Amino acid sequence: MDWLTILTTTVHAAIGWETVVYGLAAIGVNIHFGYTGLLNFGQAAFMAVAGYGLAVSVTVMNLPFWIGILVGLAAAAVLALLLGIPTLQLRADYLAIVTIAAAEIVRLVFRSVYFKDIFGGSDGRRGFNTDFYAMNPYPPGRYGIGPFGFGERTMWLLTVGWIVVLLCCLVVYLLMKSPWGRVLKAIREDEDAVRALGKNVFAYKMQSLMLGGIIGCFGGFFYGLYNGSVQPDVFGTEMTFFAYTIVILGGAARVFGPVVGAMIFWVLFVFIGNTLAELVANGYIPFMSTIQVGPIRYALVGLGFILLLVVRPQGIFGDKREIAIDAR
Amino acid sequence: MRDDTMTAGPKATAQAAFKDLAREPGVPKPDPILVVDNVVRRFGGLTAVEVSHVEIQRGSITALIGPNGAGKTTFFNQLTGFDTADSGTWTFNGRPMNGLPAHKVVRAGMVRTFQLTKALSRLTVLENMRLGAQKQKGESFWRALVPSFWREQEDEITERAEELLARFKLDAKRDDFAGSLSGGQRKLLEMARALMVRPELVMLDEPMAGVNPALTQSLLGHVKDLREQGMTVLFVEHDMDMVRDISDWVIVMAQGAVIAEGPPSTIMSDQRVIDAYLGAHHDAPLSDSELAAQLHEAEAALEAEIHDPGATRSASTAPGAETTEETQK
Amino acid sequence: MNGAKIVVTTEGGQPVEEVTSNAQGAWDVQVEDPGKFKVTLDVSTIPQNAAPRGGVNVRTPTVFEGNCSTVLFPLDPKGAGGQPQQEATGQSSFWGQAAQLTFEGVNLGLIIALGALGLSLIYGTTGLTNFAHGELVTLGAVIAYAFNVGFSIQLIPAAILAVVVAGALGYGQDRWFWGQLRKRGTGTIAMMIISIGVAILLRNLIQFFFGAQTESFTDYNTQAGITVGPISAAPKNFWAIGIELAVLVVVGLALMKTRTGKAARAVSDNPALAASSGINVDRVIRIIWTAGGAIAALAGVMLGLSQSLKFTMGQDILLLIFAGVTLGGLGTAFGALIGSLVVGIFIQVSTLWVPPELKSVGALAVLIIVLLFRPQGILGRRERIG
Repeated sequence: MDWLTILTTTVHAAIGWETVVYGLAAIGVNIHFGYTGLLNFGQAAFMAVAGYGLAVSVTVMNLPFWIGILVGLAAAAVLALLLGIPTLQLRADYLAIVTIAAAEIVRLVFRSVYFKDIFGGSDGRRGFNTDFYAMNPYPPGRYGIGPFGFGERTMWLLTVGWIVVLLCCLVVYLLMKSPWGRVLKAIREDEDAVRALGKNVFAYKMQSLMLGGIIGCFGGFFYGLYNGSVQPDVFGTEMTFFAYTIVILGGAARVFGPVVGAMIFWVLFVFIGNTLAELVANGYIPFMSTIQVGPIRYALVGLGFILLLVVRPQGIFGDKREIAIDAR
Repeated sequence: MRDDTMTAGPKATAQAAFKDLAREPGVPKPDPILVVDNVVRRFGGLTAVEVSHVEIQRGSITALIGPNGAGKTTFFNQLTGFDTADSGTWTFNGRPMNGLPAHKVVRAGMVRTFQLTKALSRLTVLENMRLGAQKQKGESFWRALVPSFWREQEDEITERAEELLARFKLDAKRDDFAGSLSGGQRKLLEMARALMVRPELVMLDEPMAGVNPALTQSLLGHVKDLREQGMTVLFVEHDMDMVRDISDWVIVMAQGAVIAEGPPSTIMSDQRVIDAYLGAHHDAPLSDSELAAQLHEAEAALEAEIHDPGATRSASTAPGAETTEETQK
Repeated sequence: MNGAKIVVTTEGGQPVEEVTSNAQGAWDVQVEDPGKFKVTLDVSTIPQNAAPRGGVNVRTPTVFEGNCSTVLFPLDPKGAGGQPQQEATGQSSFWGQAAQLTFEGVNLGLIIALGALGLSLIYGTTGLTNFAHGELVTLGAVIAYAFNVGFSIQLIPAAILAVVVAGALGYGQDRWFWGQLRKRGTGTIAMMIISIGVAILLRNLIQFFFGAQTESFTDYNTQAGITVGPISAAPKNFWAIGIELAVLVVVGLALMKTRTGKAARAVSDNPALAASSGINVDRVIRIIWTAGGAIAALAGVMLGLSQSLKFTMGQDILLLIFAGVTLGGLGTAFGALIGSLVVGIFIQVSTLWVPPELKSVGALAVLIIVLLFRPQGILGRRERIG
């Protein structure tokens, strides 16, 4: 058993790129679901259009990096409009179905042979992060303590990533303390009541959808920048549901909930996955093969998600009182 | 609560305005705040509302009564933009309101409450109140990010909210979640929150439903108070005692149409009203018998639906205004 | 398809490998470098009574680093005589092709309808938008596969067993899980989110036991085709359509005529009222769950029969089920049926103009557009969506 590897990968996971990517996705979902009560099950699509917006602009259209970022952001905003206009006036479950369908459409289009010249088929696009790493102020080397540490490229990505995460948290904090955030929370409780108080509910929902989508879209950027590539199948529905798990784990409608949730989620996910893999590899679990570790790890996420919602819907740090009076 | 004789001003004015009016449906009022013409709403084959003409006198308390399924709540929904009328026009302060979305209706000065109270459970009582204030700078996305833009206004709003809470005796609960309030307190909160809008016309949908008798008197007082402060009140109610006690004028609806109007003292002896209520009990609180009637009607509808093999399950709303009134929440 | 010879060459024609398909008709070739390859199916090695669809026996897939690329040679059964001209009659004319695709669309639509009926009934009676319904479809197919392949039971009894087991699982799911949640007063939105967790759990458990590969049943793989008018298909497809129709009619009649069916409709109209008029709501819901699980399993078996089995098959068809249900109007059983048929036919027929890999995209896009203009669906009523 290689406990040291398990330990280091686990510690790395707590602040690693997955936590940044999924933390950002979850901050977006938290705005949608936690604060506004919108069931956006297509967060992965926002991340996908962002990642592809950047990748296609840079690799196919030869545009500068920053334009690529702008294209990605604009794509997410347009997607929010496209999804929101037909569904935000309808009942909650319609938004859920439409967003999950839209995410699937986005994925299928990106992986199609028909659009291969643009999106690169199931192989995706690569080679758009050179400009990002060209800005790296860290000299080459390894940064860390003892067995824990990152190379200069990862350091740079994590530095920018965590700054963006904290900025997003600050924005959420400011907004949710303001009258604007109050309207969102009120919409979550009962949108008719909010309408009866003279607020344009549709406009607020649209703003919420857009804001959450755009924050999630930064997650898409960092995914692409870390991995150096974007592939369509990464942005499947699982990605969205991981983000939901993270939000509920950390406690919905809490500013730092998604960040803490992402840390806990990835620590557990990596720890359980690696431990299982090691146990299987060393023959401690005879009835399982190494390929089966993947599914069982995901199954455990599902199980954990169910248990969390049934037993502690307020999340690990949530306020029981808030859930107890929840009429729904 | 306040003694009526002491505050004779607005009350006397209101009642004087109605003094010489004909007891006819759709009779013109001397100073109408709301004028409704030919509002029709159909659900499938059923006409839930068909009001040809009705006017609401400014500064008065007008009751809208009628047997179950008369279309009162549906009518409310049309006027307040919560449902789209199939046809018809109505003006508020002379301004056409048909087709306006709900939030714009509110901004024009017409605010409503709901039959089933809509307290925003996971917001505190104070936050509920603050939400009612209009034209908040901090409610725009970009300005919300910079507290100094809205801090000052927020303080004013809080002050006004606290005054209202004190008046409605909810000040002790200001930091509690609204979801923890009792049914009656929620009704009070909803009314107080509506006042934060600074409306000219307050439309109350069954303000007394589900409120315990001890709170009823207090609520009644608050409704009368609205008139004293110059607001116009239009309310839907089943309880005839209450209608008699506080209203200046009564409009009776049946089967979607306005069938009679008149002062509360004589309206129940009107033959048309008696006909409309025939079989129902018009001079006692209706709750129990009403419930039975309601159940009976719904059961019949369900029975009809089950025996009609062609009906899809969506036909359930067909029993009509009855159901539409119940399902609106 | 056993024993078919497949030749793999590079794009330029350099031979890479020659393989023969195994008993399941599967084959695979390891290639060294990514790139474009030419895959040729040797027509002389496939059975006399079959021909590659559209007469295409050459494919040129592109293989990427570390990924596998799938090349499928769909075989269409040929008429008894096996004349090469057989293909031409079915495929040449536009309308002939349209008829063929419509036929396939009806089959797919009916499979979707089976799933949609269960989903819609469960939604109607409990208010739950069940995102794990797709996994019930997969489960049915996989259980049938286990009986069929694992225990060497012929497919028909295996399918019946699978439907029974899945019905029992549906019952159990409600008895020990969803029913308990309802009793605790869990809201419908919360339950919907929980159903996602259930979907992830079930899907990965299925993958754990079944694996990530694509499989098919042992029976009815090679059948001589029959031709009806412009349509040529294996008899199993005609049988499948017959069975699907029969089940849908039986369930429809049961909803209309039987006491339980009426009770179920009453519960979906108004649970409180139904309960007060003496209907045992919990019992009705349990029956609905049992039936929903069973017909979803049947849908899975049919899907496995007409396409193939994979642990994601339910997930993939779930969105089409949602499309069908939404198109027909959420919560109306008959709307779900019509909506599903429309979706199924639309998907297949759209391949006349749309690349087949994008056919689901078209259907899902139509779903969104329909929501724009008629959110209540084809048969729904305006006021129901509040």
